[in-house]
Amino acid sequence: MPKTLYDKIWDAHVVHEDADGTCLLYIDRHLVHEVTSPQAFEGLRMTGRKVRAPEKTIAVPDHNVPTTPDREQGIENEESRIQVDALDRNAREFGVHYYPVNDIRQGIVHIVGPEQGWTLPGMTVVCGDSHTATHGAFGALAHGIGTSEVEHVLATQTLIQKKSKNMKVEITGSLAPGVTAKDITLSVIGATGTAGGTGYVIEYCGQAIEELSMEGRMTVCNMAIEGGARAGLIAPDQKTFDYVKGRPHAPKGAQWDAALAWWKTLKSDPDAHWDKVVTLKGEDIAPVVTWGTSPEDVLPITAVVPDPASFSGGKVDAARRALDYMGLTPGQKLTDIEIDTVFIGSCTNGRIEDLRAAAAILKGQKIKPGLRAMVVPGSGLVRAQAEEEGLAQIFIDAGFEWRLAGCSMCLAMNPDQLSPGERCAATSNRNFEGRQGRGGRTHLMSPAMAAAAAITGRLTDIRDVMAQTV
Amino acid sequence: MDKFTTLSSVAAPMPLVNIDTDMIIPKQFLKTIQRSGLGKNLFDEMRYDNDGNEIPDFVLNQPAYRKAQILVAGDNFGCGSSREHAPWALADFGIKAVISTSFADIFYNNCFKNGMLPIVLPPEQVAILMEDARKGENARISIDLEAQTVTSADGQEFTFELDPFKKHCLLNGLDDIGLTLEKVTAIDSFEAQAAQARPWV
Repeated sequence: MPKTLYDKIWDAHVVHEDADGTCLLYIDRHLVHEVTSPQAFEGLRMTGRKVRAPEKTIAVPDHNVPTTPDREQGIENEESRIQVDALDRNAREFGVHYYPVNDIRQGIVHIVGPEQGWTLPGMTVVCGDSHTATHGAFGALAHGIGTSEVEHVLATQTLIQKKSKNMKVEITGSLAPGVTAKDITLSVIGATGTAGGTGYVIEYCGQAIEELSMEGRMTVCNMAIEGGARAGLIAPDQKTFDYVKGRPHAPKGAQWDAALAWWKTLKSDPDAHWDKVVTLKGEDIAPVVTWGTSPEDVLPITAVVPDPASFSGGKVDAARRALDYMGLTPGQKLTDIEIDTVFIGSCTNGRIEDLRAAAAILKGQKIKPGLRAMVVPGSGLVRAQAEEEGLAQIFIDAGFEWRLAGCSMCLAMNPDQLSPGERCAATSNRNFEGRQGRGGRTHLMSPAMAAAAAITGRLTDIRDVMAQTV
Repeated sequence: MDKFTTLSSVAAPMPLVNIDTDMIIPKQFLKTIQRSGLGKNLFDEMRYDNDGNEIPDFVLNQPAYRKAQILVAGDNFGCGSSREHAPWALADFGIKAVISTSFADIFYNNCFKNGMLPIVLPPEQVAILMEDARKGENARISIDLEAQTVTSADGQEFTFELDPFKKHCLLNGLDDIGLTLEKVTAIDSFEAQAAQARPWV
């Protein structure tokens, strides 16, 4: 029977299947951070259980850690410090791989995994974090789990799962200049809604996806969860293999050859069955921003703030509430919305290519006076590379703060937060009420668009900026 | 884990669609290293003003709903982050069941790990139960897990779908890890085979 890529990875990991289709699925990589794991380790301790496969378990603190240069002096917030200390103690006691705060390899768990070669094609990867879908860019089946499931994986290296349905999201043709992976993934959510993928695993395919770099593919898969899907994945190809080769934990020698032979089979069969298909034309995708408090509230930057009455059902009230929260008026041009903060970073857009894209716009420019702008690299290694390439200096010269690695203002668990009413151009993944700080207002966009907004102080069409610099 | 069998309670109406986990439990409360005690911060930013005073209009601050054990919610409840703190906070408040037309995947799974029942029903049935919920003390909703039914205040019975394994675990209060460890030989042999087939993992 013809199979999808998801079918193939699933079949290779079924330990046991019950008559009703409930499966025990083997987990190849378990990524752990400080927020969703303390109760799981405590559960192991209370029941006298061990971590079954510490060699397949990787821990790194990211959500709570300060990103200011003085963080070596310790974490001021007591609760955050307790949580990071708990991860430190648990990682050492249970003997899992661990990158502590002061290790240059520390960073956002979804950036560290691929960077260190832990994430490989055909694997099952889980983490107590919904953006685990990021790793799907390698043709791995990767998804978020809750803390009880974290404990389950720690104890058994398996998960109890029922198979999801197969959904194909095809982006045909090529992207227009100024349009990026972020615009693809936001446009898909705009088209399908935040529940459009519920019950499905998405495979992204088509020419525009193939033409993306690995960094861009990670951005696309990262937000699969924002469309409701359990996971998003992309078939591995030469770009994937080139990215993986030589990474610290990637296979080497004869094992590399054996792995590569299997990885090359990891693609959906031509006549595989899809339960749902969504197709977008790459050339039709515009640079987009969000206007509301759900990632599905997406519009091209050339549009105006919508009228809540133009929606139907429960979305009418939700849109009204969103505009009230965001302080926007129907009919207002998106490019007239003024911002006071710019955040470049996160597991969605905190990789080297994202920083290059933003720096290309900012080179020789200054941010609008009075604006607060920060770049938070996704890992210590991304930060080091950006410094080596001269990107850090471009950001600093433009007026950006150049930070240490962490999740930072994506979810504002550390001191990087918006104040009530502050408006942020953000490269992160969620614009929920209060996400970046109570009362904070978030507009999601690509790194280049965020950089352009930093210069003008308002939401800006990247194509206008590009036209000026040519 | 507590068993779930039947439940009859006042239900709190929350018709807003896409209620996300940041609304259910904002991130400043994720810094705990315990599972308990999150109920007082459930829906914190909707429930309290900037000075920490209760906002009287918010549904769970109204006298009729302070002891509600059921939520009737808009579409796509629990979307967003994987934080199990969301069902922990709901459970700590006293909520034992949530009824909606749809749930986000991770939230849905997390509920079952905490003895909580998320129920999916068609829009027209959720609308009837939402009306019941708006009547507060005057309209109790009943749930029978064994029979997989929800009964409205005026006796209309709606049947819901549920995965048999999840139902079994909830009815009996079973711990997943204990069940899985009964299959440890299967895990051992899978691991041995996988080490041959994919030694690089």
